[in-house]
Amino acid sequence: MSTLVRNSWSRFSEFAATFGGFQMFSFRLLPYLPAALLKPRLITEQIYAIGVLSLVLTMFGGFFVGTVLALQSYGTLVEFGQVDSLGAFAAEALVRELGPVVAALLFAGRAGSAVASELGLMRATDQIAAIELMAVDPVERIVVPRFIAGMISVPLLAAIFCAVGMLGVYLVGVHLLGVDGGAFWTHIHDRVDLYEDLGSGMLKSFVFGVSASLMGVYEGFYAAPTPAGVSRAATRTVVITSVWILLFDFILTGISLPGV
Amino acid sequence: MSDTARGVDISVGLFILLGLVSVIFLVSQSLGASDISGNASYTLHAKFDHIGDLKIRAPVALAGVTIGRVSRISVDPDEFRATVDLRIDSRFSQLPVDTFASIATAGIFGGKYIDLSPGGDDMVLQDDDELEFTQSAILLENLIGKFMLNTKGEPTE
Repeated sequence: MSTLVRNSWSRFSEFAATFGGFQMFSFRLLPYLPAALLKPRLITEQIYAIGVLSLVLTMFGGFFVGTVLALQSYGTLVEFGQVDSLGAFAAEALVRELGPVVAALLFAGRAGSAVASELGLMRATDQIAAIELMAVDPVERIVVPRFIAGMISVPLLAAIFCAVGMLGVYLVGVHLLGVDGGAFWTHIHDRVDLYEDLGSGMLKSFVFGVSASLMGVYEGFYAAPTPAGVSRAATRTVVITSVWILLFDFILTGISLPGV
Repeated sequence: MSDTARGVDISVGLFILLGLVSVIFLVSQSLGASDISGNASYTLHAKFDHIGDLKIRAPVALAGVTIGRVSRISVDPDEFRATVDLRIDSRFSQLPVDTFASIATAGIFGGKYIDLSPGGDDMVLQDDDELEFTQSAILLENLIGKFMLNTKGEPTE
């Protein structure tokens, strides 16, 4: 019994230490942010590695989420004779929920894990120590550009996801299932609200972007300098980021839905 | 600047451009809900005994064409009636003072909207005027209730 208590306590304190360390790390990054903008070159390179290379996957995901959404909802809407609102229904679902969440999950899998394993390998091969020896701050040089690049990329990727998703809904709905094109766009215009729908979606994807990129750089930077440690860092990044994204999604949806 | 760095710059630029174009596309699609906000508009008030489930931003229609939106719904604390503010496009500023406002339903299960029927008066409604003639929402469930009570009350020989 006492072993069980001791084990749970040690696991809990380990969790608390990691969680606290993560908060400290986040605060440590804050003062670097303005200075990092003076070296845009580093950020551009990271936007390329993180954002541009995730683009194809995101567009692919968006397109097929849109087409499936159209096919699935058409079956239900046609029973009530409401196929004209297919576009509005799909647009709200994409902009409010699916766009920010799925784009961020894809980002965590595609780019978050890459950042974590890259930094973890730098740690394992003593590259971070070498940079420190050259009197260059590794946080400023390596961590912050990746963090800022992720923060910029995720909302853009989410917007692209939504736009491509709408294209998928349009192609399936209007060209395949024969929904009237005019009614399709009119219902979207009428129903989707700039602040309530698009605003809350963009806010979500910004929060997801910050948490996904923060998690990637944190796990990588403090990875155990072993092959197992690097792989553990990549796995933990994907798992913990996904949990955070889903948790934050619930909280932000609760906040932004009026009258709940 | 080396060739690879230039390629990186170009693709990052295109990526951000694509992202911004997507944002602009989504914004343009979501601006419709406040479609008269850009145009000049004026406000009318109307009091109803019961507004059903009329919502803010519900359409205000003249002869079936949307000419405005419901901008505010409140309750008059003295009269215990609902006060609805209608924001109407200034192009339709020739409504007579005896215009009749009723709360109608779009289809059987559709949302509520306000239907305006112009009267024949020569005087024209001004900004901030109140519509005198109104008709409350017809509550489907009340009608069904009445109908059921009536048929039950009748002898069934």
